[in-house]
Order: sequence, then structure tokens, then C-alpha cells
Amino acid sequence: MATLRDEIYPIRSSDDIVKVRQITREWALMQTFSLVDQTKIVTAASELARNTLEHGHGGEVRIQALQEGSRRGLRLTFVDQGPGIPDLAKALQDGFTTGNGMGLGLSGSKRLVNDFDIHSETGKGTTVMIARWK
Amino acid sequence: MEKRTKLAEIVKNQHDVILNDWVEFQLNATTLRRDLMKESELREQSREFLGLFTQAVQSGSDIGETIWKPVKDFLGQITRSRVLLGFTPSETATFIFSLKQPLFDVIRAAVKDPKDLVADLWTTTTLLDKLGLYVMELHQQNREEVIHRQQEELLELSTPVVQLFENILALPLIGTLDSARTQVVMENLLQRIVETGAMISIIDITGVPTVDTLVAQHLLKTVAAARLMGADCIISGIRPQIAQTIVHLGVDLSEVTTKATLADAFMIALQRTGATVTKSAATKTKG
Repeated sequence: MATLRDEIYPIRSSDDIVKVRQITREWALMQTFSLVDQTKIVTAASELARNTLEHGHGGEVRIQALQEGSRRGLRLTFVDQGPGIPDLAKALQDGFTTGNGMGLGLSGSKRLVNDFDIHSETGKGTTVMIARWK
Repeated sequence: MEKRTKLAEIVKNQHDVILNDWVEFQLNATTLRRDLMKESELREQSREFLGLFTQAVQSGSDIGETIWKPVKDFLGQITRSRVLLGFTPSETATFIFSLKQPLFDVIRAAVKDPKDLVADLWTTTTLLDKLGLYVMELHQQNREEVIHRQQEELLELSTPVVQLFENILALPLIGTLDSARTQVVMENLLQRIVETGAMISIIDITGVPTVDTLVAQHLLKTVAAARLMGADCIISGIRPQIAQTIVHLGVDLSEVTTKATLADAFMIALQRTGATVTKSAATKTKG
């Protein structure tokens, strides 16, 4: 698998979420994603960036443009050093929320992408990796 | 104390020389904006600043002292005007930093003892650095004020509620729906519902690029609030990619009437309010 581009952006304020969305859209266009695929990865990025900010107290996102054979993809890795998620299975259920949201961000994002991977350690932080292939 | 008075004395005695050299410097600097500022204006500003500077420096070089207030106020004035004219921070700060060379020149000529010279140059350079940084801070502050004002203007501009027909309102949303804006949107819509007694409001999200769970939640809350006030909402502008994304996210919009285009939503609204649209006979025969 070849990495075409690899960059890291901070997530410290709600303005940064807007920026993450814009960058994800730009990169999805660069990878010639269809409009539906673009919208899906951008929406997932928006959800996870907001999680990083609100639940993880800020962090960063690593964006990678990938190529494997003839297929192209986009991988986003969100990292925070926040409180972590005590019960991952519960957090991935539809409708479960610790904040005021709808409780669909994490589970919904999972359905919007092809690859989804989450690691969390209480007191140390959370890492969420998503990838979408065209 | 002795060092200070030396700088003060030199500045006082050599006032005209410094002013000429300084203006010369600014006119030759690459950061000069002849397009934005006239030479006479620059000369006038420099003369006035040097006058205030000379006066203040007589009592010391601590710009925190009240004696420096006129100098700082004057710097505030010119910084503000330069920000409005579109100067960059470097271009603004050059006004202060370009004073270094002329001051150094006259000090070097006047002070013979090397130790005194170093001390005097040091006092001068720290003083000008402080003033330069002060200008930078002011520049930044002014820019932030401009940005803040524009944000507020944008907030107002981006949420117009328009009346399409008797009893029908439309709210075309454009851009990012962050919390602050959604609050304004909600207030505007509810206010207009009261004013017009509208039965139906159409919320058009054609201009919203990303609909995630937060945006969906805001929309649902707005719809619920409008319903409490007796107005039904229709959400229009749901494009195919948005529809698919909403389904995958698992957001339930089934309780709200949704339409692909504003035109479709308007037709529904007309039907519900009992109005009908027909083509006139003349158009029919022609068509």
C-alpha cells in the first residue's frame, strides 16, 4: 500500500472541525471520490472531530491519502489524550450518549466508512481510525 | 538615570536631523505603501510622533509610565487607520522600527565613550522594541475586532426568513450550522412565525454542505420549537448524497416532511394552506 500524502491537523476549537471537514473534502476530491463517497467520509470526519474536541478535550487528526493497486482511499486517524471510553461496546450502540447529542456519532460514522478501528484506555485517551475506499 | 538623559538630550537637540533621516528611511523602505498613504501624511505622522516621543523620553524610557500615554494613544490612532487601510503587521510596525537607524546614527555621532555608546544604544533599542511590539499588539487587536464585527454581520446576514406566500415562510440556510448560528436561526424563525402567524415554514438546506448528527439535531429542535408555536415545518434541499448519509448515520427524520427541492416543498405548503396554482388559459393555449 502506498501513501500518497500524509498530514496532521490539530483539533482544538470548533473552527478546527470546520477545517477538518474542508480538508477531508479537498482530499476526497483529490482521490477522485464520487459525490456520495465524499459526503460520507466528510460527515464521518465531522462526527469524529467533534468527539475528539468535546469528549477527548481536543487532539489531532492524521489524514492519509492511500493507493493500493488500482483502488484509492482516504484514512483518518483521530487521536486524543482525554479521559477515554470506559465501555466501548456501549459507546458503539445507537442512541447511547454521555453528552447532549443524539448518540449516533460513533456508530453512524462506523456505518459511513469501510474500515473502522477504535482503541481507548481509561485515563489515557482514545484513537479512532477510519478509512473509505472508492 | 544619566544614560536616559543622554538619549533624551540627543533626541531633543537633533530633532530635525532625526526626522529627516527617518522620513527618508520610511520612503525608501520596501514596506512603504504609496498606494495607501500619501507622502505628506507620512511626514505629518512622523513629525507628530517624534514630537511626542521627544517629550516622553525626557522623563525616562519605561513606556508603562503615564508620561508615555500620549505616545501610545497616538500609536493607537495610526495603527487603527493603517489596519483599516489594509496594511500588514510588518508594514505597520516599520513605522517604529525604521526609527532605529536614524537614532543610532545620531547617538553614534554624539557619544564618544564606547561604554556609554553601548549603554545608550541598548536603552534605545529596547525602548523601540517595546514600542514596536506595542504596535504589533494593537494591530492584532484591531484585526480581531474587524473579524469579530464581520462574524456578527455574517450571523445576521446569513439567516434571513422570507415570506413566500400568505402563511408560508422560508428559511434558506447557507454554510456551517454551528451552535451560535443555530440559536440565531431559531430565534429569527420563531420571531417571524409570531409576526406573520404563518402556518408552514420551509427550511431549505441546499446551502449546507455537511449534515451530520449535530446539524440534524439542530434541525429537529427547530422543527419541534416551531411546532409548539403552531407552525409546521418542511425541510427541503435534501440531495441524494445527503439522504444516503443521513440514513447511514441512523438519524430518524421520518417525523418531518422532507422534500428534495424548495419548489416541491412550496407546492406541498400551498396545498396544505388550501391554495392552488393553475396555469392561465392564455399560457395553456400557447403551450
